[in-house]
Amino acid sequence: MKVAVIKYNAGNICSVVNALRRVGVEPCVTDEPAVIRAADRVIFPGQGSAAPTMAYLRESGLDAVIASLTQPVLGICIGQQLLCGHSDEGMVDCLGIFPGTVVQKFTAPAGVNLKVPHMGWNSVEQLSSPLFDGLNEGDFVYFVHSYYVPASPLSIATTEYGGVRFSSAMRRGNFYATQFHPEKSGDVGERIIRNFIYLCHD
Amino acid sequence: MLAKRIIPCLDVKDGRTVKGVNFVNLRDAGDPVDFARLYSEQGADELVFLDIAASHEGRKTFVDVVSRVAEAVSIPFTVGGGIHELDDVSRMLDAGADKVSLNSAILRNPKLIDDIAAKFGSQVCVAAIDARCEEDGTWACYLNGGRIRTEYNLFDWAREAQERGAGEILFTSMDHDGVKQGFPNEALARLSDNLTIPVIASGGAGTREHFADAFRLGHADAALAASVFHFGEILIPELKAWLREQGISVRL
Repeated sequence: MKVAVIKYNAGNICSVVNALRRVGVEPCVTDEPAVIRAADRVIFPGQGSAAPTMAYLRESGLDAVIASLTQPVLGICIGQQLLCGHSDEGMVDCLGIFPGTVVQKFTAPAGVNLKVPHMGWNSVEQLSSPLFDGLNEGDFVYFVHSYYVPASPLSIATTEYGGVRFSSAMRRGNFYATQFHPEKSGDVGERIIRNFIYLCHD
Repeated sequence: MLAKRIIPCLDVKDGRTVKGVNFVNLRDAGDPVDFARLYSEQGADELVFLDIAASHEGRKTFVDVVSRVAEAVSIPFTVGGGIHELDDVSRMLDAGADKVSLNSAILRNPKLIDDIAAKFGSQVCVAAIDARCEEDGTWACYLNGGRIRTEYNLFDWAREAQERGAGEILFTSMDHDGVKQGFPNEALARLSDNLTIPVIASGGAGTREHFADAFRLGHADAALAASVFHFGEILIPELKAWLREQGISVRL
């Protein structure tokens, strides 16, 4: 099993690598198109903001590489947001793998002191993917983000914060994505990573 | 629903956990990685490691501890102590820490918060504040582990830290810390209500009720404690089960 972790100008790839090692996978952290294309699984991780990361992906040509992938791909956090159509963070067009989706900023409902970023453990509901085999509705995973993708038909899990139900995970074809950090989500997250790695892709 | 976080804090010196730690199955262990694993299994939501070593050698050992913790556990952790500049932050993040906590360094050089937020993102930067309620009722911030009083007021400084890009505030009341009489809930609530970033209540927990009060009365987003967990006076699984019975959202 060859697992490629895409290296780009987003932070904290180290914890994804550690998480993969804990499930018995030695990943290849790479920005080489040939290595990424040849991998059995590709992880598109990261923390960062949309505009500079998108600019980097376009300049490096990784945008086209990612869009052309046919094996299972897992976007994490900013990875999920970059797979969307557009992000309000820096008003930038993204990769468009999840067409029509727009990344928006959390705003406090009137009279509510909403803490942003949405940081900490929140529950996932409406689980509908083999990615979540072995999980229960309401299991907790770890989030850190200020922008979100609204719930849509592409959602395979949703979460509520600040009066909004957003996509905590999405899927279209071979592209999977989570807004939360499975690599920081304890046993639940480890199960998700395992599911992704050993997923029989249909 | 977003859960209130329970955070054990460990002091590390020369690569070993200090203060007596008295778990049944880990009576003699001093390796922070063992505690990280154990607390993670018990349901801690995050961990904090404070490097209290004074020596250069000790600092290098701490980086090694950070990377071993990152390999071993799959929950977020924050490191603090001895972080004075951007390079120190880089070193800790490269070793696998998720966040860094800064205290005196940002009071001396507030712009460091802007720099950390710009380079690594706000989520990385935890502004730790030691403060004391003075006789006139104002809350003054202190430097150097509470030894030097500053001109900064707790609420003003927390607001400035937020505006500069801190991702969280970790607030320790020097008069409550270590006394096990509960958290300063009035000040906590005022702090939390005036900020749009999460507030971690630190120091003062003696009973499970104190945690519930920090969340309900103090509006804290997370609560940090050390000795009550280390000495097994409060067990995290029991604490969290009880908090949930009280109607407080926790991760079980």
